[in-house]
Amino acid sequence: MRPTDYTIAEGLRALDKREISSVELTQAYVEAIETHNPRLNAYITVTAQQALEEARASDARRAEGKSGALEGIPLGIKDLFCTAGTRTTAASRILGEFVPPYESSVSGNLRRDGAVFLGKLNLDEFAMGSANTTSAFGPVENPWSRANDPAKRLVPGGSSGGSAAAVAARLAMGATATDTGGSIRQPAAFCGVTGIKPTYGRCSRWGVVAFASSLDQAGPIARNVEDCAILLRSMSGFDPKDSTSADLPVPDFAAACGRSVKGLRIGVPAEYTMPGLAPEIDALWQQGLAWLKDAGAEIVPISLPHTKYALPTYYVVAPAEASSNLARYDGVRFGTRTAERDSDLRDLYERTRAAGFGAEVRRRIMIGTYVLSAGYYDAYYLKAQKVRALIARDFAEAWDKVDAIVTPATPSSAFPMDERQDDPVTMYLNDVFTVTANLAGLPGLAVPAGLDAQGLPLGLQVIGKAFDEETVFAVGAALERAANFTATPQVRA
Amino acid sequence: MSLDAATVRRVANLARLRLDETEVEKLRSELNGILGWIEQLQAVDTEGVEPMAGGSPVPVALPWRQDAVTDGGQADAILRNAPDREGEYFGVPKVVE
Repeated sequence: MRPTDYTIAEGLRALDKREISSVELTQAYVEAIETHNPRLNAYITVTAQQALEEARASDARRAEGKSGALEGIPLGIKDLFCTAGTRTTAASRILGEFVPPYESSVSGNLRRDGAVFLGKLNLDEFAMGSANTTSAFGPVENPWSRANDPAKRLVPGGSSGGSAAAVAARLAMGATATDTGGSIRQPAAFCGVTGIKPTYGRCSRWGVVAFASSLDQAGPIARNVEDCAILLRSMSGFDPKDSTSADLPVPDFAAACGRSVKGLRIGVPAEYTMPGLAPEIDALWQQGLAWLKDAGAEIVPISLPHTKYALPTYYVVAPAEASSNLARYDGVRFGTRTAERDSDLRDLYERTRAAGFGAEVRRRIMIGTYVLSAGYYDAYYLKAQKVRALIARDFAEAWDKVDAIVTPATPSSAFPMDERQDDPVTMYLNDVFTVTANLAGLPGLAVPAGLDAQGLPLGLQVIGKAFDEETVFAVGAALERAANFTATPQVRA
Repeated sequence: MSLDAATVRRVANLARLRLDETEVEKLRSELNGILGWIEQLQAVDTEGVEPMAGGSPVPVALPWRQDAVTDGGQADAILRNAPDREGEYFGVPKVVE
């Protein structure tokens, strides 16, 4: 077995039995990154020397019998998480050579548990995008390609495109990611890997570069459901530094992966059968439901009547919060400054922000500023927050009838890099199945379940009740067992 | 409701984004596309609905803590990423004549 073939669960067992060391594992990933990252561009920053030093320290801890829950496991960190002493860019020019003096709580939790960091993963600028084409450090390429057109470069999805591509191509054993409207689940589906956005409040947002604070949640992307469960347990937990983090015990999520789905009621929302839904996606969805039925679950039709308003609601709320959060990038306290010799303070702000933000980020700041401006706040922002309450209520009513909801993860498989770039609204539609869970604050998991006619992965999504990730993992693992998805991408270590 | 160029300039001004004239027209057309799409929210009956506040799916009260100094005295760490500094201060162009 090659070192990069281990899942996290297998790697931990192999490390325990001294079949491999963290240094050997880490070295294999460093070499895989050297070979494939120049093409995929999944990492913005590779910290190979530091990773090998961390691996040596980890092996020493293990030898002393002081192993953490992720002792010696090499991970990639989305470049939205502040890492003490390592440049953090949010894939934006405006942060320049920003080196955080502090560690995000989530990455700190992973370090506490013994994880080794390989580097910082590419993303859409400030996590705004669904194709990883808005990064100031260039696009990420999906390691998968179409069987009938292998030369066509495909997007990995976004915003956590680097995380998903790196895990799929085996340039990391697992990765951190964040999800504001689908940014974990959509790229995971496009790259044939698994990702979970937990309940809002499960993971601390402290030290994660903010996009839309009432929607942002951290979560893992990994090769399978169990690995996601292992990573999420380490990432989660109450943090006094984030007043919205939940002061609740963190369950053993991995144990939940083995739970039976017998007797569980699985909801199928009528509104997710959308006009123009690709027949292959619909067929995969029906197949997934049939697998769960075979495993003893009961399939229950439900209605989430406000579903069609979710994306427009999101595109008021998220830009509004983003325009406030991104006001801090002013060229004064950190990041880059753009000014003329005779610039006054206002001119300094305006030039810095025009030069530092990319087109999509500027667009969203403009939308957000507009919907919050005097005279429009009630018509747009307040209205959207009311519709958001209705979307959350739809789910609350559904939980009287069902234990989990299963839907497609995305409306299509990965598309070419040169498509869907001209019209912002067309790009926004990528998140049609995922965005509702963010608006309602609920956990959602994407798991690969099949291939389309072009040989590209397709995913299913499991949405669960608030703080019931365990049922989500149980259903996800049941789908995974039935799907037996073993295909791997063309580009991989 | 359709944005005109003057409104685009006003919003850019509020957002402290410098725009050149070619960008004004491009943004005007893109923003109108997005806002036109968002307009469908007006069709939703929200009579008597309390707007959602925050992102939590369960009702939560924000926690309180002791009003005590828990951190500080790190001027150097804070200034390390500053584009310009003078001593223990951030450097900016002259603000007051």
